[in-house]
Amino acid sequence: MQEILTSMLQWLRFDDMESVYLAIPLAPLAGAIVAGLFGRFITRGMAHWVTILGVAVAFVLSLAVFQHHVLEGAESYNGTVYRWLSTGDLTLEIGFLIDNLTAVMLLVVTFVSLMVHIYTIGYMHDDPGYKRFFSYIALFTFSMLMLVMSNNFLQLFFGWEAVGLVSYLLIGFWYKRPTAIYANLKAFLVNRVGDFGFLLGIGAVLLYAGTLDYAAVFADAPEMAEQTMEIFEGSPWSVVSVVCILLFIGAMGKSAQVPLHVWLPDSMEGPTPISALIHAATMVTAGIFMVARMSPLFELSEAALSFVIVTGAVTAFFMGLLGLVQNDIKRVVAYSTLSQLGYMTVALGASAYGAAIFHLMTHAFFKALLFLAAGSVIIAMHHDQDMRNMGGLRKYMPVTWLTSWIGALALIGFPGTSGFFSKDSIIEAVHMADVPGAGFAYVAVLAGVFVTALYTFRMIFMVFHGRERMDEHTRGHLHETPLVVTGPLVLLAIPSLAIGWYTVEPMLFGTYFQGAIFVQHENDVLFELGHEFHGAGSMALHGLTQPPFWLAMAGIATAWFFTLAAPGAGETVKRLSGPLYRMLVAKYGFDRFNEVVFAGGARAVGRLLWRVGDRVLIDGLVVNGSARLVGWVAGRARLLQSGYLYHYAFVMILGLLGLLTWWVVA
Amino acid sequence: MSTQLPLLSILIWLPVAGAVATLFAGDRGARLTALFFSVATFLISIPLYTGFDTSTWAMQFEERVPWIESFNVFYHLGVDGISMPLILLTTFTTPLVVLAGWRVITRRTAQYMAAFLVMEGVMVGVFAALDAVLFYVFWEAMLIPMFLIIGIWGGPRRVYATIKFFLYTFFGSVFMLVALIWLYLESDGSFSLLEFHRLPLGMTEQILIFIAFLLAFAVKVPMWPVHTWLPDAHVEAPTGGSVILAAIMLKIGGYGFLRFSLPITPDASRELDWLIILLSLIAVVYIGFVALVQEDMKKLIAYSSIAHMGFVTLGFFLVFTILAETGSWKGAVIGVEGGMVQMISHGFISGALFLCIGVLYDRMHSRQIADYGGVVNTMPVFATFMVLFAMANSGLPGTSGFVGEFMVILGAFKADFWYAFLAATTLILGAAYSLWLVKRVIFGEVANDNVAQLEDIGAREFTILGILAVAVLLLGIWPDPVLEVLHESIAHLLQHVSISKL
Repeated sequence: MQEILTSMLQWLRFDDMESVYLAIPLAPLAGAIVAGLFGRFITRGMAHWVTILGVAVAFVLSLAVFQHHVLEGAESYNGTVYRWLSTGDLTLEIGFLIDNLTAVMLLVVTFVSLMVHIYTIGYMHDDPGYKRFFSYIALFTFSMLMLVMSNNFLQLFFGWEAVGLVSYLLIGFWYKRPTAIYANLKAFLVNRVGDFGFLLGIGAVLLYAGTLDYAAVFADAPEMAEQTMEIFEGSPWSVVSVVCILLFIGAMGKSAQVPLHVWLPDSMEGPTPISALIHAATMVTAGIFMVARMSPLFELSEAALSFVIVTGAVTAFFMGLLGLVQNDIKRVVAYSTLSQLGYMTVALGASAYGAAIFHLMTHAFFKALLFLAAGSVIIAMHHDQDMRNMGGLRKYMPVTWLTSWIGALALIGFPGTSGFFSKDSIIEAVHMADVPGAGFAYVAVLAGVFVTALYTFRMIFMVFHGRERMDEHTRGHLHETPLVVTGPLVLLAIPSLAIGWYTVEPMLFGTYFQGAIFVQHENDVLFELGHEFHGAGSMALHGLTQPPFWLAMAGIATAWFFTLAAPGAGETVKRLSGPLYRMLVAKYGFDRFNEVVFAGGARAVGRLLWRVGDRVLIDGLVVNGSARLVGWVAGRARLLQSGYLYHYAFVMILGLLGLLTWWVVA
Repeated sequence: MSTQLPLLSILIWLPVAGAVATLFAGDRGARLTALFFSVATFLISIPLYTGFDTSTWAMQFEERVPWIESFNVFYHLGVDGISMPLILLTTFTTPLVVLAGWRVITRRTAQYMAAFLVMEGVMVGVFAALDAVLFYVFWEAMLIPMFLIIGIWGGPRRVYATIKFFLYTFFGSVFMLVALIWLYLESDGSFSLLEFHRLPLGMTEQILIFIAFLLAFAVKVPMWPVHTWLPDAHVEAPTGGSVILAAIMLKIGGYGFLRFSLPITPDASRELDWLIILLSLIAVVYIGFVALVQEDMKKLIAYSSIAHMGFVTLGFFLVFTILAETGSWKGAVIGVEGGMVQMISHGFISGALFLCIGVLYDRMHSRQIADYGGVVNTMPVFATFMVLFAMANSGLPGTSGFVGEFMVILGAFKADFWYAFLAATTLILGAAYSLWLVKRVIFGEVANDNVAQLEDIGAREFTILGILAVAVLLLGIWPDPVLEVLHESIAHLLQHVSISKL
């Protein structure tokens, strides 16, 4: 008894860090189970309290972990929770790896999740699925935490697919909507295409490293780099390149990189809080996190890095362009998420893993903010999401307006905001990188700055400024949203604005990620960049004179011109750019192509195999055919037994004749 | 051991005695009697696990008495790590099937329940038999109750389905009988399976015996292209029949490969492993596509079963390629154990899915996907179960469906990249057919008046599905206890297989 008491006390004082680690994912899980399985026995209020409590506990404990590892500089922790299974020489375990990379991810995930939980009280207020929703987002938090805390590939894959499951459930949350249940199926299947590559990557890791434990695999990485494998006879490929590219295919699914990005815009069918939590701040960044975690592997393969940087650059620029032609407020933000994920991927490809994680963090804050602000607008507009029906909301919703501006400025990388520090560092890092494809990537991310500013401020101006285009009824009911909605907006606006000042130095140029992220010396662009860094203030000032800033300003000016100064001009541009515009509206035709070739193709193949293979050939020809053959033979044989004496006599004489002939001839 | 109860005999004959009692109990008392005997059998089977010695590959709980002395036939029972889990799966599933037929079977209830109890005893016998004649008797005896179950309580085309089922399986087993008699003559008059394992055989002999076994087991599993009896049998069978068929009878084919083909004819297995691997991969990919376009829910799950069983046979026969690649049988353990886990997991998941379809069929009397839509609106609790089992069917980590597939794919990668590549397509195909089914049946607006009048599941159905849900999750979250049982037996098997008999 006393033992339990002391251990409890210890636990409270956070002396026993292992229990703290364990409690971080389990607290939200407990909330999810109570709200989900016992939902019918508790009230709505209890459902949101129990899940918020779970996530709040996880957040507080994440702070303790941050304090322990980052501020006090404790050694990283790598330990096992339980043995999942053992088979042959292989032991697969569930365990945690806690280092500075994990610590920052824990804080981001639990903080954004907590904000979204609180916000949900307001957003889902009238929804009949209230308790189910809380259960899902708490379950999501658990899965995401298991993913980022993992110390092995098995658990990584578990978290990876578990967040996919919750994403599936949440996109299809309003299961009566045909578009929602189409979108969630699509999201799951596209992610499964990525996971297909991911799983094969894990298979390759196991074959060549003999274990799925991170530490052991990373220790083995240099050896893997020297081995080759022949997937196609006669063309030896570097093992580590194959592993990295296969793993990255998984990241392309989860982090929505071209061409596996198609599910993310459609995922906006889900309620807005999860768009913020899952499809902007946390889950979609899992791929970025994974690649950063695997830096000891990726660093050894230039081919993989090159593949990563080109994929990221294509996503960053071309998905940004699509944001220009959207009129649904959430879809604009969704395409901006795609584009920003592209920026993070580019940073990974440039070996600037620190910058990628840094942008992941700042993006989590300002993108969650923008989504939640969009949600606030949507509440005020009575669930109308079309920006063409908005305008001039500034005076009705001052808090939403102000926080949206902060989010927008951070998104376009306005000097001084958090987004500036992270995005500018990425652009500079890519500029310095010399991995093949970096030149292209540099142009893409630079041009992307203009595009980002253009679509972001097109949205801001269309929603909050200019003429009020909504109908009278809606206008009459316009007002600022309640505190549970605006509170999280404010709380997210603070880090969106300020967090860069405090974190840019340690995360990018300091020793923050030492031991967690590995960079080859000749690839270390951030180290090079560090020579030019003289504090956050001077970086911000310097930013005012750089091309990205002027590109962003040009983007805002263009947006202002087309939305506020000359609203008719847009139509002219549309007309003049005919095919280009249509291509953007058709989203480059990816959806149509997938629909016809993959979805249609699979069904056609299935029908062919079923009708021709199973029914005609196997059943028709062989099975029923042999039955018919037996029947036919039996039918013939029956003729012999006609019952007529003279038939038998005739056959007997024939037989006798034959026998005699044979006897005589022989 | 000698002082212990003859546990295996009890597990075989108690259900059979229960069947007799059920027949005497009449239609009224039949349900309770059957439930009592099936639950009792399950409880009695638990010591099989708790008393199991995981440190040896030797047969345990052995019983051996002469049966037909002139032919040297013994009533010889015993279990190792391969058969014991399958016996538990049998005793676990039967009470659920009895419960599932509780309300629905109104015609000849006593006979129905009795048929399932006989079935249970006979299936335990198949897994426990260590004498070839005893095995063959149980193997063929299994056909009779299933023939009756489909033929009497089945759907409109039940006669076609039963004949197809019977002839298909009978066709396969005749060759097995010939092989067994050949082995009897070769071994100078022994029918002992363990004796057969040690028997040296020439290559031609091995190949012929291997093919004879293959015909028997491939039909049971079923492997492509001898699979077409399964969808028909499932569609016509009553829910309980489908569950037993999918959850246990198919496993007997997989068991056969481990107990007969691999150890008796290791060299032929090595020679012909490409054939099994090819057929397994066809099962995964080809059948995956076929499952996608099914319009009948039961057919869809039946095809999905074939695809999932493809993983079992794939995992079993990876051993020789891995042996050639790495020079050690140790690397192949993951494939064979993965196949075993896949069998157990598939028992839970396919059983659960057939029960789910049964729940819907009992209410709507239709299995056509097109007749449904928006079931979640009227049956939210049921929908939760259905989504869970569909996810398990598509191999979601955290459910049992993941464990076996994951292990087999990892094993396949060791053998050949392209094996793993083709096997891993199940990630996409399995999710596609399972979740598309869910989308069309469960989600959406209420499709029609019939769906609008659906009542959610009651306590009995909740219990059945709840037990299976727990099993699916438990095996997914912590598979180690099951694997521990397998280790010694599988290691011994692989060691044995890796030594040529020539």
